Amino acid sequence: MVEDVHQLSGLETKVEVTNLNFYYGTVQALFDISMNIPARQVTALIGPSGCGKSTFLRTLNRMNDIIDGTRIDGRVQIDGADIYHNGSNVVALRKKVGMVFQKSNPFPKTIFDNIAYSPRLHGTKNRHALTEIVERSLIRAALWDEVKDRLDRSALDLSGGQQQRLCIARALAVDPEILLLDEPASALDPRSTARVEELITQLRNDYTIIIVTHNMQQAARISDFTSFFFEGRQIEFGTTKKIFTTPREKQTEDYITGRFG
Amino acid sequence: MKTKTSERIIYWLMRGVTYFIVLVIAYIILDIVWNGMPTISWKFLTEMPRHSGAEGGIFPAIIGTLVLVIGTIVVALPLGMATAIYLSEYARRGRFTGTIRLAIMTLAGVPSIVFGLFGLGLFVIFLHFGASIIAGALTLACLILPTIIVSSEEALLAVPKSLREGSLALGATKWETIRTNVLPYAIPGMLTGSILGIGRAAGETAPILLTVAAFYLPELPKSIFDQVMALPYHLYVLATQHPDAAKVRPMQYGTALVLIGLVLAVNLSAVLIRARIRKKYRW
Repeated sequence: MVEDVHQLSGLETKVEVTNLNFYYGTVQALFDISMNIPARQVTALIGPSGCGKSTFLRTLNRMNDIIDGTRIDGRVQIDGADIYHNGSNVVALRKKVGMVFQKSNPFPKTIFDNIAYSPRLHGTKNRHALTEIVERSLIRAALWDEVKDRLDRSALDLSGGQQQRLCIARALAVDPEILLLDEPASALDPRSTARVEELITQLRNDYTIIIVTHNMQQAARISDFTSFFFEGRQIEFGTTKKIFTTPREKQTEDYITGRFG
Repeated sequence: MKTKTSERIIYWLMRGVTYFIVLVIAYIILDIVWNGMPTISWKFLTEMPRHSGAEGGIFPAIIGTLVLVIGTIVVALPLGMATAIYLSEYARRGRFTGTIRLAIMTLAGVPSIVFGLFGLGLFVIFLHFGASIIAGALTLACLILPTIIVSSEEALLAVPKSLREGSLALGATKWETIRTNVLPYAIPGMLTGSILGIGRAAGETAPILLTVAAFYLPELPKSIFDQVMALPYHLYVLATQHPDAAKVRPMQYGTALVLIGLVLAVNLSAVLIRARIRKKYRW
């Protein structure tokens, strides 16, 4: 199932998932998933609603830990280290693996305080250093020009698309290596969606990006690799080009051509 | 046609009931203000009572009630808020927390005289505090803990889950998340509910009757182990225990008016605090 696409293309593996099973209580949501996610590439997870792609994404920064009664077996390694290993540090993991949610969740604070939120918690108190981080993060998230004159205004005054880019900037402020995007554009209008996609394209060289999306055109436009999920199983994983032009599995083809889902 | 008539009847019935309630409250308040105002004077507010409260002022009772309110806040607010934080943020939803919740609800419905007897047994007698400010404040704190816990928990649950997730995903620990991204938004609601409860406690008679309130004590307390007079109990004494209740009627009305004013002031402060913090944080 896991063909070594990276070896073919000579890419280093950032996230290595081996025989991952995941349960909500007694209900199994993920079945025996194995996947090597390459570094500094965009990997898209596609599939119909409820197929487990968001659940899978949330296993990568252990966000599922906060839900009562969840259980996992199998292995998730990031840079070779098992993130579910007993002594592993969740806080350090989440600093390394940033996440942006489907529904943008700016904190009811100023724009500045939103971005400075995690650097402050992680020990940066110096105002000058914080200002620098805020500016750098907003520039990287392509939001600086729109908000530089109103950093002390509430983040809730921003438009939906700006709020989502603010959340991306906030995630970047921690200096993560991996970015998990859970349908980041599904609640946005087409223009804001285009801006977010453009941003992802700009970030692809510096971060390992894993994006869940419902939108097949979006996956085709912005991702290098695509994984197709169906009913908790990974049906096929490969380069986006191959998945969208010559999928090996019939189910993948049916989904991509819109026959179901 | 028929549905229209019944709609009308229902509408007027509900409207009538609402007006009736407002009318009753207005009557009580107006009666107290009307009959109490003539008694209110600077002397009445600042002087010691004389002749078993038939003359003089109610200064020690005002101070006593204020001290009890402050003591109750100091004890009950941290305890209640901590419990609410535990229940809403840490505890798993299960049979154990279900039982705790049921216990809190039940506690909220227990008659206040039972709290008074409990305070008498535990604080006054068993812990040897005697009838004292500390025993009274602790008893009142027990009385309003359920109110504080329930309203604080509601305020915490009103903070969207997405804010907690957003903070955790940035590498904040659980307590950092609660402290910086949940509590600041929940505090206005927590305080409002709690202070409204405390306003109620200020007017309670039964719990303090057995644990702190002095029948007649024309002096100020020197420590938290002293007894004090308190407005509700003083009112009770004037109205029912005084040999010539009819003669001291103006004193009763004056005391009632001061008590109502005090409760109103406490409630007003809750509204002001909320407005102030709301301006800072909104979502």
